[in-house]
Amino acid sequence: MSRIDAALRDLRSLDALAARDTPLARLDARAKVVTTLAFIVVVVSFDRYAVAALLPLAAYPVALAVLGDVPPAPLARKLLLAAPFAVLVGIFNPLLDRAPMLAFGETTVAAGWVSFASILVRFALTVGAALVLVAGTGMHTLCAALARLGVPQVLTAQLLFLYRYAFVLGAEAARMATARELRSGGRALALSAYGPLAGHLLLRAFERAQRIHLAMVARGFDGQWRTLRTLRWSSRDTAFVLGWSLFFALARAVDLPQALGRLLLLAGP
Amino acid sequence: MHMADALLSPAVGATMWLASGAALAFSARRLREQADDRLVPLMGVLGAFVFAAQMINFAIPATGSSGHLGGGLLLAILLGPHAALVVIASVLAVQALFFADGGLLALGANIFNLGVLPCWVAYPLLYRPIAGDGTSPRRVALGSIVAAIVGLQLGALGVVLQTVGSGITSLPFAAFAALMLPIHLAIGLVEGLATMAIVLFVGRARPDLLARRRGAPPSRATLKPLLAALGVAAIVTGGALSWFASSQPDGLEWSIERAAGSAELAAPETGVHGMLARLQEAVSFLPDYSLPKAAQAAESKAGEKPAWPEVSAGTSLAGVVGGAVTLALVWLLALLLKRRR
Repeated sequence: MSRIDAALRDLRSLDALAARDTPLARLDARAKVVTTLAFIVVVVSFDRYAVAALLPLAAYPVALAVLGDVPPAPLARKLLLAAPFAVLVGIFNPLLDRAPMLAFGETTVAAGWVSFASILVRFALTVGAALVLVAGTGMHTLCAALARLGVPQVLTAQLLFLYRYAFVLGAEAARMATARELRSGGRALALSAYGPLAGHLLLRAFERAQRIHLAMVARGFDGQWRTLRTLRWSSRDTAFVLGWSLFFALARAVDLPQALGRLLLLAGP
Repeated sequence: MHMADALLSPAVGATMWLASGAALAFSARRLREQADDRLVPLMGVLGAFVFAAQMINFAIPATGSSGHLGGGLLLAILLGPHAALVVIASVLAVQALFFADGGLLALGANIFNLGVLPCWVAYPLLYRPIAGDGTSPRRVALGSIVAAIVGLQLGALGVVLQTVGSGITSLPFAAFAALMLPIHLAIGLVEGLATMAIVLFVGRARPDLLARRRGAPPSRATLKPLLAALGVAAIVTGGALSWFASSQPDGLEWSIERAAGSAELAAPETGVHGMLARLQEAVSFLPDYSLPKAAQAAESKAGEKPAWPEVSAGTSLAGVVGGAVTLALVWLLALLLKRRR
């Protein structure tokens, strides 16, 4: 299987998860979008040295993943694939910020390591929440929710079109790449051949767009989008938004692990 | 390079969303005014094309490595800046949602760095004046490469300013810029070569597709000299900024202030036209926003340092124990939820 096919399968996998009937999928998509955005803002608003204090917030993506029956392995793989930039930028913190910050008996931990750990936790939380949101909602429902939340239709329609035709043109690109590879004897694609290859793909895209437009006009398209209103807000959605928001506020205001740790240490020997 | 949520502060993230949101809303309005319903499927399919083309790697001449297309500049050449910005934003959104590239808060910053800068700055200020009417292959090639390189340099500078302004990392501006800008010089060259190859091919095979963009409204044509002047100002600003950055490792505020000052100097000659005013806003936006942000970040850092004296063993241990117990509790919650289902 070629690299392109693998990427397309990857793209399809999250949507396939969302097509199932899970408690997460039954929630109104708007509730999930709003709560996830609030979650991300709360996570990034923590102090740069916060590590333990961020951990209670992991309850949100974890609970969503369980409610949506999202398998953890592909999520973890996506997280690892996307991690390099945040890790690369963050790894300089331990080198630059050497003031001791944590002490365990004789050993101290530099502030830079703490803030680096914070970056890794932030990364896992924010990106994980976004992936679970898609895996539990699906592209179509997500775009419907965005449109109902006031995002201009030009944008949501564009997202849906892109998502639909990414598979079509992706498969076409994969076929062209395979055909070239079979004829090239394993040589890499030279720039002089890249222009015609990608260019032909582009010309086919133009022609396809023309055909799609004719088909749309034939079905009465006049530049306006009319969609069925499938989203239904229920009391469960209100409870979801309010409940999690309260939890986020609590976790932001009180360092729960610190309090818990003190309590345990006091209660201990 | 995609900006990540983990490196952003809420203030910087929100600012970049405001900027990109405003740019997107403006582009969306312009598209509605054009009321060309052929554009709807064309934009969607070209977005899908960029997505597919990003997966085709080609060998970079004279090196052993390979590269691929980013697509911002190419879309601007094919569709014009407004439609291109909407398309790029959708590509970035799908990357953020499905491939964990960046994140939802960082999407605003990414749309700005990889969409607004190439579509609204590099394309009108560099590609159009250099490529002219698009009939000369040499000028098209030069325009593609120069606009792609400058666009990506500005984008990389955006990533650096957003990261430093957020203050989550300890990387100083100069070091980070010295790291990012050369890397993006190479990435920009690759982007320019790929864009050039495709545009030259389309120009030979279907010149009519490019000619559609050439029939720009006459008001824009008369603005060309001004746009060129702005382009030079942008290059000088960018060059000056990186020069100050390397020669003055500790003079972050000073160098940005200088750069912001020179960006404002260019402004009076141009404040005639609405379109130009917005373009110029886009140019001077970075310095304007980063100055108070960076200064503020530096202040808060300086102010915070003494507030962190308590390197107490009690707090450290409580944090670690509490953190471990919290994770165990989250795990328990997952098990309970799973049981209930």
